[in-house]
Amino acid sequence: MNLFLEAFQWIFTPVWTIVTTERTNDILLRLGEHLGYTFASLIAATIIAVPIGYAIGHTGKGREIAVALSGAARALPSLGLLTILALTFGIARAPIAAVVVFLVLGVPSILAGAYAGLEAIDRRTIDAARAVGMTEWQILTRVEIPLGLPLLLGGVRNAALQIVATTTLAAYIGLGGLGVYIFEGLPIRNFTEMLGGAILIALLAVALDGVFALLQSFAVPRGVTAGRVKIVRTSSSRTRAVAGTSAVPGRG
Amino acid sequence: MNWLLNNLPLVGTLSWEHIVLSVPPVIIGFVVAIPLGWLAHRFRLTRGILLTIVGLLYTIPSLALLVILPPIIGVSVLSATNVIIALSIYAVALMVRSTTDALDSVDADIIQSATAVGYSPWRRFWLVEFPIAGPVLLAGLRVVAVSTVSLVTIGAFVGVRSLGYLFINGLQRSIPLEIVSGIVMTVVIALVFDRLLVLLGRVLMPWTRTVKVTKRQQRAVFTAEATA
Repeated sequence: MNLFLEAFQWIFTPVWTIVTTERTNDILLRLGEHLGYTFASLIAATIIAVPIGYAIGHTGKGREIAVALSGAARALPSLGLLTILALTFGIARAPIAAVVVFLVLGVPSILAGAYAGLEAIDRRTIDAARAVGMTEWQILTRVEIPLGLPLLLGGVRNAALQIVATTTLAAYIGLGGLGVYIFEGLPIRNFTEMLGGAILIALLAVALDGVFALLQSFAVPRGVTAGRVKIVRTSSSRTRAVAGTSAVPGRG
Repeated sequence: MNWLLNNLPLVGTLSWEHIVLSVPPVIIGFVVAIPLGWLAHRFRLTRGILLTIVGLLYTIPSLALLVILPPIIGVSVLSATNVIIALSIYAVALMVRSTTDALDSVDADIIQSATAVGYSPWRRFWLVEFPIAGPVLLAGLRVVAVSTVSLVTIGAFVGVRSLGYLFINGLQRSIPLEIVSGIVMTVVIALVFDRLLVLLGRVLMPWTRTVKVTKRQQRAVFTAEATA
């Protein structure tokens, strides 16, 4: 446990005591890099996955392909993908390689969130929308997308978590991020630094997850929460019909 | 192709070491998740607590967990035990969720019928609820197996040998083929695990081939496969 104390001491020294730092690997800088890669890949993955997911969810076609693809993507080791792309893209374009790897990682979750969100909607709701004369586009934008938003955000949340975790590996191909501390500490067995870095990464992941959890709870359309009927279980005020007595009270 | 031909034995042993590291977490995940999943399924209080804890555990990045874990449990960072325990934590975290969903997917009428014909809660769980939850459990376990196989590669950073070694070595020596061999073998092992689990499911749950699974369960299987 002493090691944890040292790790926290390590975390809290550089940020506030060294103001004009000759050490460029300031935690805030690394945090910025880490978040930069995370959000760049997350946004790219969202732009790719959401339209495809909505197309699958709205038409109900291509689901099997999407499931198979996300299964295959889960089997792909991101470390392997990162190293091969870093090698083929070269050092100069390594950041692009990293974003591509993290994007590939995020796409399946967002895709699943998008189509699962549309599929979870009660068919009768969509039939009703069609019956009152909405066009397919209106059904998609006014009914399916708002109702599917919480599940979509769930998918984005999963993707964000996986990406923020894997961005740790960016440091391995020299791209910075909070993983720097782990990779710096590894060869020289500096456990304080490694543990400090690991704690920072874990805290960042938990914080990001919390932000998305909050977003998710706000994403439920107001009409849905307002329309929720509270089921209050009370005993019936009417006396039950018992065999032998009349079911209708008041008459003999 | 030269590199691969010259290093076939290396790829072989690394694949074997990879498999040896992948199996325990999957089994531990499944066994530990059954009682925890039941607790989360059965009581509202434990559901909230357990699902929050496993959710938090799952958010910890793998490389960070490999570093944080040793000082807590007192093993060496460089040991295979460290990797197995870290991966077991993820397996449990994923599997508790799936087990809860699986038990939730069992129709209440079925449980009532079982109770009505005189099953004790213990027997009812093992003879009725557990088998009926089977397809959803299997879907969860497949996700666990595949992601465990791919996560094992991270252990290479702390010096635990697996196919991940090929990635690190391949990058250092600029041999793309070495990295590609590692990726291909990892995916192959993951797919073999997945197929084996499907086969095992067919053998252990013969009714899924003939009886149509309920809509609700189908949806649960599907979400288990899609999410996580």
